[in-house]
Amino acid sequence: MNAPAFLEAEIVVRRTAHTLHVALTAEPGDVVAVIGPNGAGKSTLLRSLAGLLPLDRGTISCDGDTWDGPGTRTPWPPQRRNIGMVFGQHLLFPHLDALDNVAFGPRSRGATKGQSRRTAHRWLERVGVADLEHRRPHELSGGQAQRVAIARAMATDPKLLLLDEPMAALDVGVAMALRFELARHLADFGGVAILVTHDAIDTMTVANRVVVLDEGAIAQVGTPDEVAQRPRTEHVARLVGLNALRGRSTGTDVRLLDGSGLVSTTPFDGEVFASFQPAAVALTLDEPTGSARNRWRGTVRSVVAHGAAVRVHIDAGAALIADVTPASAAELSLVPGRQVWAAVKATEVTVYGTAAEKSGVPLPSRHV
Amino acid sequence: MLPALVAVGFLVLPLVTLLQRTPWSTMPARLVEPKILDALRLSLVTSTIAIALCLLLGLPLAWMLARVEFAGRSLVRVAVTVPLVLPPVVAGVALLTAFGRNGVLGAPLRDLGITIPFTTTAVVIAHTFVAMPFFVISVEGALRAANQEYDVVAATLGADRWTIFRRVTLPIALPGVLAGVVLGWARSLGEFGATITFAGNFPGTTQTMPLAVYEALQVDPDAALVLSVILLLVSVAILALLRERWLGQAAQ
Repeated sequence: MNAPAFLEAEIVVRRTAHTLHVALTAEPGDVVAVIGPNGAGKSTLLRSLAGLLPLDRGTISCDGDTWDGPGTRTPWPPQRRNIGMVFGQHLLFPHLDALDNVAFGPRSRGATKGQSRRTAHRWLERVGVADLEHRRPHELSGGQAQRVAIARAMATDPKLLLLDEPMAALDVGVAMALRFELARHLADFGGVAILVTHDAIDTMTVANRVVVLDEGAIAQVGTPDEVAQRPRTEHVARLVGLNALRGRSTGTDVRLLDGSGLVSTTPFDGEVFASFQPAAVALTLDEPTGSARNRWRGTVRSVVAHGAAVRVHIDAGAALIADVTPASAAELSLVPGRQVWAAVKATEVTVYGTAAEKSGVPLPSRHV
Repeated sequence: MLPALVAVGFLVLPLVTLLQRTPWSTMPARLVEPKILDALRLSLVTSTIAIALCLLLGLPLAWMLARVEFAGRSLVRVAVTVPLVLPPVVAGVALLTAFGRNGVLGAPLRDLGITIPFTTTAVVIAHTFVAMPFFVISVEGALRAANQEYDVVAATLGADRWTIFRRVTLPIALPGVLAGVVLGWARSLGEFGATITFAGNFPGTTQTMPLAVYEALQVDPDAALVLSVILLLVSVAILALLRERWLGQAAQ
């Protein structure tokens, strides 16, 4: 048997909707993104790692200490666990200024007042808000407050950093700036970071591992690239902006769940996802006559700008995403309710099996 | 509109007439009368000790009620609330059955040479008994209103329960705690029924301001007016002082 990983957790928590059952391991330096739809158990996972929710079964050990499990008489309370936690709302203590907010952790863990403040000052410098150290939380902008919150969580030098949708409450531009800063801080971080997020970009820029949760179980584990290119849940497909249709493949023929058919160039037998990029979808008003063999008739649901392109959501039995140029969007007068034909070439379709890794399979670590 | 005006008039008019009837010219002389000074000092001292006891014992109780889930919590809350609605005279009688010379606790205490009823201690006990529920209910409300997630954050930062209470919960709920202090203190300052029943009406030891007012009204109505105005001013001064503090905090 291998030496135990830095973080080893098997978490079973019964919730009203379903039971969360997740096993994961991680090594120092790992940044694990946890994604999944609302109610999948993401926050439950974080809170049980933090000791804020009791396990119904399982073990959590970190750096040789068993925080919870058969060997421990009572679970370690959060204050003993050597964790740092960042929440969606910054939750800075309203009665303390930025400096004392960050100094709170070191002070609680036994440092003197002077030491704690020096540590806090260093951290505020690192996150770039040292000049605001004497401001109270309500005098900080959302982005500034969240930077202080990140400094506060990291100032105790935790072994496990838990981030619960840290960008969720921020404006898009602010979130983008903070995302890259966070990636930099996490790159220098010596412990394991676990990031719960709703945002595909968070996952791509910050994490080196992705865990996809669905109804309390792990639906997929992999690198951000793997998960983005071959999503195994429709939620992730939508998140990363990919068409991924479920069906059954025989050779290169795929029978989709809605009964329609699809042709690929990759032979596969069994349950599959057939995926293709939104840019590979061609839209026409009349039935296409070209070489594209996969075609759907559908109704435009929404039309929004997406970078330089226009993203069109189409209800064609299956929900399709198409990216078209603004010129063709205008030419086709794409508005919600318009009937269109969508076509995809067989060569653009990637087919891969749906068989997810079983929950309980440890995360591959980049250090192995 | 009209009912609201009537309500305001009803509440304000008696205070205006009180001020209008007060013999202001003899006020300075009256103020230094030993009897009045004694009553005023006694009232301030006993009310302050009572509110200190409320803080010492009531604050942990309010915290338990707001934050700790334990069996019989709602029962405890009901038990704490009963003195709130109890007629004060009944509270005084109840205190006599507990701490009176032949009371359940009073009798053994007397054997030890400790007598409580009709002493200044009895005044403090009566005040604490009637003020504590006000304090506990108001502070519990404040603690409940404070976002519990702050406690959670503090725990993840390594703070133990006591540190969390001292450095997070209490400071955040401070305005509510101060409100509880004011309510309890004012209730205690005006306490009459329980005090006269349980502690009697002895000038110097148990005659607080309200008792002095009542006594004076029967022999020297002008003195009663003076005493009443003093009580009114003290109450308003405290209220103004604390409001200043709140407003100052809110403006920060």
